[in-house]
Amino acid sequence: MPTVSMTVNGKSVSAEVEPRTLLVQYLRESLGMTGTHVGCDTSQCGACVVHVNGESLKSCTMLAAQAEGADVATIEGLANGDELHPMQEAFRENHGLQCGFCTPGMVMSALDLVQKNPDPSEQEVREWLEGNLCRCTGYHNIVKSILAGAEALRG
Amino acid sequence: MTGTGIGASVKRVEDQRFLTGNGNYTDDINRPGQSHAWILRSPHAHATLNSVDISKAVKAEGVIAVFTGADMAADGVGSIPCGWQIHNKDGSPMMEPGHPPLAHEKVRYVGDQVAIVIAATRDAARDAAELIEVDYGVLPAVVDMDSALAGGTLVHDDVPNNRCFDWEIGEKDAVDEAFAKADHVVSIDLVNNRLIPNAMEPRAAISDFDRSTSQYTLFTTSQNPHVIRLLMGAFVLQIPEHKLRVVAPDVGGGFGSKIFHYAEEAILTWAAAKVHQPIKWTAERSESFATDAHGRDHESHAELALDKSGKFLGLRVATKANIGAYLSTFGSSVPTYLYATLMAGVYTTPAIYAEVQTVFTNTVPVDAYRGAGRPECTYLLERLVTKAARDIGIDPVELRKMNMIQPDQYPYQTPVALQYDCGDSPATFESALKASDYAGFEKRRTDAEKSGKLRGIGISTYIEACGIAPSAVAGALGARAGLYESAQVRVHPTGSVTVYTGTHSHGQGHETTFAQLVSESFGIPIDQIEISHGDTDQVQFGMGTYGSRSLAVGGPAILNACNKVIDKAKKIAAHIMEADVSDIEFADGKFTVAGTDKEMAFAEISLAAYVPHNYPIEEIEPGLDENAFYDPLNFSFPGGAHICEVEIDPETGDVEVISFTAVDDVGRVVNPMIVEGQVHGGLAQGLGQAMLEGCVYDDDGQLLTGSYMDYTMPRADDLPNFSVATQGVMGASNPLEVKGVGEVGAIGSPPAVINAILDALAPLGVDDISMPATSQKVWQAIQESNVRQAAE
Repeated sequence: MPTVSMTVNGKSVSAEVEPRTLLVQYLRESLGMTGTHVGCDTSQCGACVVHVNGESLKSCTMLAAQAEGADVATIEGLANGDELHPMQEAFRENHGLQCGFCTPGMVMSALDLVQKNPDPSEQEVREWLEGNLCRCTGYHNIVKSILAGAEALRG
Repeated sequence: MTGTGIGASVKRVEDQRFLTGNGNYTDDINRPGQSHAWILRSPHAHATLNSVDISKAVKAEGVIAVFTGADMAADGVGSIPCGWQIHNKDGSPMMEPGHPPLAHEKVRYVGDQVAIVIAATRDAARDAAELIEVDYGVLPAVVDMDSALAGGTLVHDDVPNNRCFDWEIGEKDAVDEAFAKADHVVSIDLVNNRLIPNAMEPRAAISDFDRSTSQYTLFTTSQNPHVIRLLMGAFVLQIPEHKLRVVAPDVGGGFGSKIFHYAEEAILTWAAAKVHQPIKWTAERSESFATDAHGRDHESHAELALDKSGKFLGLRVATKANIGAYLSTFGSSVPTYLYATLMAGVYTTPAIYAEVQTVFTNTVPVDAYRGAGRPECTYLLERLVTKAARDIGIDPVELRKMNMIQPDQYPYQTPVALQYDCGDSPATFESALKASDYAGFEKRRTDAEKSGKLRGIGISTYIEACGIAPSAVAGALGARAGLYESAQVRVHPTGSVTVYTGTHSHGQGHETTFAQLVSESFGIPIDQIEISHGDTDQVQFGMGTYGSRSLAVGGPAILNACNKVIDKAKKIAAHIMEADVSDIEFADGKFTVAGTDKEMAFAEISLAAYVPHNYPIEEIEPGLDENAFYDPLNFSFPGGAHICEVEIDPETGDVEVISFTAVDDVGRVVNPMIVEGQVHGGLAQGLGQAMLEGCVYDDDGQLLTGSYMDYTMPRADDLPNFSVATQGVMGASNPLEVKGVGEVGAIGSPPAVINAILDALAPLGVDDISMPATSQKVWQAIQESNVRQAAE
């Protein structure tokens, strides 16, 4: 089995995997980083969104081998100890999560939005989220959270 | 005051772990020495299993074992049971054909379990499953209910005409009489579209068997682990409760679909004792679409009799409900006691009769999905009442108002068994009309016309029964279990508290809301309180979470256990402070002796309870740890009014929800932030049903909407911001005065949306549209109207 190496949340990691292993399987099964979730098998739901080389990406759409040498960021890398990242804090403050399953993907996706568009409108947030499904919140408080998170990050 | 008691929008305790990727969902768990399972499923909706040849699969690399339905049958494994027995009109019981966990002799829907492959890795198990050679004798499938009732093809050979039961409620003669004297009779035919629940976390399970203790363990994505233990242990696998631990850890949404005892749970648990190692199985989303129990799927004809003034005289309803290929856990109760018992709605209709035929088809079982019966009922009533207003030329607001139950009529006995304990429908209706600026609508319609848009407004007023359920009532109606709830409140020596609840939180925020109850009761801050749920080895008992029952039934159990703790603590305080127990007062976390300055803190008493050096040992035992079981006297009855305003682009059929206003009476609100979030989520599922979602099987029983590319889940840009408010009438039949909020959004909203769309299309002569009212359907209705008008 080939060995795949990359950087995840600033740490060098390496694991032997079957060639067909997806990046999300590599994170969850090889590294035991289960914060990134799998909600579908058609790359629609967005529960598995991580950042690869600074861009948000559904980690079920990429083989682990394709991420060889990449810089990967996941939900586990955002908080500083117990102190939440401002986007995480905005989700908490605004009740932007219920069951929590879509949440890691939502937060990682939101962070990519605000790095591309630091001051998005509500409509821009709603359109950006087309690749992230949530069944609990009706998106109302997710949208509110992302707008508040964006504001906090603008400082 | 702690600031974390009842009524505070306390930020959620559980969010820290979910936001940092530290949630602990079933698929996140791995057991030492774990193997992996793949379930081979039927690609046919209906076929005999002539042979299942596993000889190649068992030899494949990494394979540990392969089992089929014949193996389980040989072991005497039982049938998956149904939790609710319904009786036919003639008093005979419903048909309950067998439901083997692994199909035996016949498969009955696409996705039915044929074999389990257990291997070192999931990929190895999946690869080996492809080596199983199944000789299917493909049979014709029955998918639509009329064909099924015609009886040509039988899903179960021993169920004539595929009819599970033919049930009725209400007074037929009284209704016939009412119709005979009616000035107006309005009728409607409706389909309540079949839905696929789609909790974001796919179902998963891990089973284990400890050979040294003969103890089974099952981790599973369940809303009610004790119910799974009971159903699977007692009925399917014959494992006594003390040898079976069921754990439902963090669960990523349920909406009903994770109530039921699923075949995979039994298959994995049974197989763990065969292979002597843990087995993990996680559904792919495609499997979720095909095998999670679906929701709704009714066809109804309803007639309303009115007098000259518009007063409702009688209601007659005939419904066919699709139950799928097998009876699921609550499948039989949904289209009966959770549906037709609400047919009075918020109205004083004096005579009501409903009959329901439930039909087996070659589709996945249908069972409770958010609202479960009550959305179907509300949709029928509110479409019918709106049609009546239009047909006889009365304003839909006035027609509703003149027929509404008035606040002084509670408790209100309906003609269909339920007695509503309290409510005020006129008040929530009035508030919703005001909040939506209903009065200003005609101007908005005219403005929209100027920009070429069709604007419409739609109303839905509803009441529902939840807080499931008073056990004696449920039992009399056919429930095979009690539906009380239990709690254990364990005060630790230094004054922190662990609460064990038999309900389960999978998004509802119980770890926060329930802690608020305890914070209020004991006057201690919320960070001193831990809510534990989901593990049958930790929690004494429980019936789980569904039917908006957790706070209404589980909450009073916690409250009662807290009160027992306080009663005992007062005795300890009286002894130590050398006072009579009747003089001990407890407030804000302090025990005081009335009329003195003597006081002891909550934590001082708890310490004394566990270090009983100076203690009334002849009167009470050491320790501070109390249990309570709570069985409600009645259901609780949330209600409210939902108003939807839409704008339609006649060129494209695109429907935009301009505003959605919900005013819901959910009784006392413990955490307003969480309550609003629950309403938002319910509304999203209601709007999804009304505009986007629809499960489609083709005539051969193939699921055409089997992925997110085919089944339209509401996305962020499909939905508006919601305007939600609560307006409670306290005094519901429980000591917390709470009614339940989980389902109201999904119950009230679909008819508001469709009534709004029909209002917008009314000028074109369109008087019916079915759910989901997709852009295509709306566009088609507009085109047909154009053709009609051109012909005229």
